[in-house]
Amino acid sequence: MNAIIISAVWGVIMMLTGLVKDNRTLGRNMAIAGGGLLVLANLLELQNTRLFSFDLSGMLKITEFGLVFNLLVSVCILLYFLVSASDFQKSGKDVPEYFALIFFILCGAALATSFTNLLILFLAIEIISIPTYILAGIEKNNLRSNEASMKYFLMGCFSTGVMLMGIALIYGSAGSFYLPDIAAKVTEMKPMFSIGLMLMLISMAFKVSVVPFHFWTPDVYDGAPTVVTSFMATIVKIAAFAAFYLLFKEGFGHLSAHWLLYAAILTALTLVVGNITAVFQQSVKRMLAYSSIAQAGFMMFAIVALNPTGKEGLLIYAVGYSLATIGVFSVLAKLKDHSFEGLNGLASRHPVIAAAVAVCMLSLAGIPGTVGFMAKFYMLSAAVKAGGLLWLVITGIVCAAISVYYYFKVIQAMYFKQGEVQEFQYSGGFKISLLVITVLIVLLGIFPGLVTGLLNYFLL
Amino acid sequence: MIPVLLILIPLIAGCVAFMLKSDKAAKSWSLLASLATLVVAVLGLTALKDYSYHHIDYPWLELLGSNFSLAQDGMGKMLTLLTAISYVAVFASTWKTEQPKSGAYHGFMLLMQAGITGVFLAADFLLFYFFWELALIPAYFLCSGWGGERRIQVTIKFFIYTFIGSLFMLVGILILYFKTTTHDFALTSFYQNIFVPAKEQSWLFWLFFIAFAIKMPIFPFHTWQPDTYEQAPIGTTMILSGVMVKMGIFGVIKWLAPILPTATWAWGDTVSWLCIIGMIYASLLAMVQDSLRRLVAYSSIAHIGLMCLAIFSTTDQGMNGVMIQMFNHGINVIGLWIIVGYIEKQFGTAKISELGGIAQKAPVLSILLVVFSLANIALPLTNSFVGEFLMFSGVYNSTITKFSTLFTACAIVSIILAAVYTLNMLRRVLFGDMNANTVNAVDMSMNYKLVLSVFVIIILALGVYPQPFFELTSDTVTNILSRMITKTP
Repeated sequence: MNAIIISAVWGVIMMLTGLVKDNRTLGRNMAIAGGGLLVLANLLELQNTRLFSFDLSGMLKITEFGLVFNLLVSVCILLYFLVSASDFQKSGKDVPEYFALIFFILCGAALATSFTNLLILFLAIEIISIPTYILAGIEKNNLRSNEASMKYFLMGCFSTGVMLMGIALIYGSAGSFYLPDIAAKVTEMKPMFSIGLMLMLISMAFKVSVVPFHFWTPDVYDGAPTVVTSFMATIVKIAAFAAFYLLFKEGFGHLSAHWLLYAAILTALTLVVGNITAVFQQSVKRMLAYSSIAQAGFMMFAIVALNPTGKEGLLIYAVGYSLATIGVFSVLAKLKDHSFEGLNGLASRHPVIAAAVAVCMLSLAGIPGTVGFMAKFYMLSAAVKAGGLLWLVITGIVCAAISVYYYFKVIQAMYFKQGEVQEFQYSGGFKISLLVITVLIVLLGIFPGLVTGLLNYFLL
Repeated sequence: MIPVLLILIPLIAGCVAFMLKSDKAAKSWSLLASLATLVVAVLGLTALKDYSYHHIDYPWLELLGSNFSLAQDGMGKMLTLLTAISYVAVFASTWKTEQPKSGAYHGFMLLMQAGITGVFLAADFLLFYFFWELALIPAYFLCSGWGGERRIQVTIKFFIYTFIGSLFMLVGILILYFKTTTHDFALTSFYQNIFVPAKEQSWLFWLFFIAFAIKMPIFPFHTWQPDTYEQAPIGTTMILSGVMVKMGIFGVIKWLAPILPTATWAWGDTVSWLCIIGMIYASLLAMVQDSLRRLVAYSSIAHIGLMCLAIFSTTDQGMNGVMIQMFNHGINVIGLWIIVGYIEKQFGTAKISELGGIAQKAPVLSILLVVFSLANIALPLTNSFVGEFLMFSGVYNSTITKFSTLFTACAIVSIILAAVYTLNMLRRVLFGDMNANTVNAVDMSMNYKLVLSVFVIIILALGVYPQPFFELTSDTVTNILSRMITKTP
């Protein structure tokens, strides 16, 4: 509850800072302060200190899972502001407003992790999506940014329509928007309900860019300003995943026998298509767009497995994937040339930055010693535990091996190839923040209990 | 205590080495660290024999039931000793070789040592996997960063090959983990608290065996190896072929055969045939190689094949032979690599056709090359003779296969082939006419002589009196064999 209110209010405050003349530094500092405040608010709520209390009327249910997820999101957003906030200045001049939009998205993310009602789910998804359409287009003079925004908007609207249709059908057959009611009343798959369920699956798959509903992702991620892509590929995506997971766990979990196979097939398709297409990309940014599709495939394991291991895995995966992606994009945002060749020889000129990017890449590839490995480990063990999914597990590991090829291409370019090093300016603070991300990746890779422990600590 | 030190010393020294700017400092530092590790390893074998020194157990991922537990059995002690000796040898023999970006190079080498040592000591399956992969990352950077011309493509092939193998193993580990009654990753649980039906064992076996087979390598998973050995920097090649391939054999002995005994028995003949094919195939290929590096690489495949064959014979002699041969092969092949490295540095080529007549100018080099080559083909009085003899007799006396005579015969063919290509190589490199490359040959410098003479002493000593080694590893052999199927039921 704390996070929902604070992020909404802080968004409004951020808009007001736009009134101050020469507001760029102010906007940035306020955003970082807001990120810190959110971390604090979530921590407080985890200790049962609620700053606000409302009658939730069965619309929201504040759970430990949601709170821990929010906490992780707010830590990621704080780190994101620290490494990337200054890059917003390059994209446009209304800097405080961009941050305001981001805080509104965070409000949506907080709703997405705690809804128990389909209407709130719809609200959450819309609150997340609409500001993201705007953010994708903040480079007003850049045709590609405009295209990205337009494409995202059209595709997003379409999937929202599908979702509304799904909600309507589910309401029609269950007589309620309330997830526990749906779980209690719907005991068999009637045609209306199953069509509704499929529509929900499709629309959520759109939001988290699961194959074959992924076609918007590469163009949007590639066209949007890099600093926005970083945000879209991480916070927006994992928030949508949390909603996806909660919906299918709480609402449709009891009928999993009927939809599990479809979800598993989507997962396998996502893994295969995402990874194989990523291999052929020439630009690091576009490769990362496909990699985000591929990583979504692994996050889908939580939905397919539907067990506590998968739940913990989703938390670790979300934080691990976000940290690494934010780290890599923060460096890309400062470079002009986004091709693989553009990174040639980076290690010799900027050893610390190159090492940080290398660790992020190792983490995305899932090498032990990084959080990426632990995330994949949890997901694989969730699937093995669920049983009967060995084919999916094997698909997953083959794809993980393929992913090594394109992630390591970045390392090869930075370390083993010579070339003209690009103009690359960064502050001391950026370097330190990037190092913090790197250290977190390694630390969580060795002690993932820091994240899963949170969940268990507060459950007991 | 000792296991922790064996991992921590190279780990910390490796991290420090990254910060060292000068070549000399990095070299002295890493030699010092490797000597310190060697001292600890030797202390563990002599003064501090008590069991309490050789195992530790800390909680790590409690929710998953995985502990940071390390324990040294006989095989572990032997292999960590080999690792420690190899590192000293590598650093001492490359003492005078100029190394670009020396700090990073030595840092990665030491990190690799920490990883490899961890593999040999881990008593927790997840921890084992962790170290297994950690050993690979520095190898990737070393080969890509300091290797030959085609290093980048070759290394990524090597990496993806081994990575996919280890991922299969990870799935296998997970499946077995959920079958343990205690739901933890401890070695003892996998040995005792587990029941896997024979039918499941038969496919689980391959999840593990592919990972180990790629590492060893066993035909047909060997294609990464000659390229990698050719392109990697010589110091890394020594470690890869002398120590890292033992991880595969070690894995089969400790983490596969005792856990899935029925499948090991059932697939024994299949694997043995693969080994036989690999041995003969690799030996035939070795005969036509022009590059010394590729020749040693293929000969290494043949030797590893024999060791794997001996494991699956499931006999006391065979297993003892494998134990001592793991050590011997490490020493011999590293010795050979040191000489190959010297030849490359001295003559600027490792092509047999471009060498010749070295014996006239460099007698010490020639004698040493002869000694190591003969040890490599297991001449009596050398260490390998003991190991290979035991392995042959193990394979021949095996009671679980119908083909024991046939296996022995085929394996002997590969030994004969080994003699052919080794002696032929010696003839062409050492004798004959000198050419432009070799006319100005200079004999080996002191550091090479020192390392290699120690190795020669080890070769002869173990060739004459191998008993201490058998005593060292006897506990492992008994333990493993007691869990395997040794007779056809």
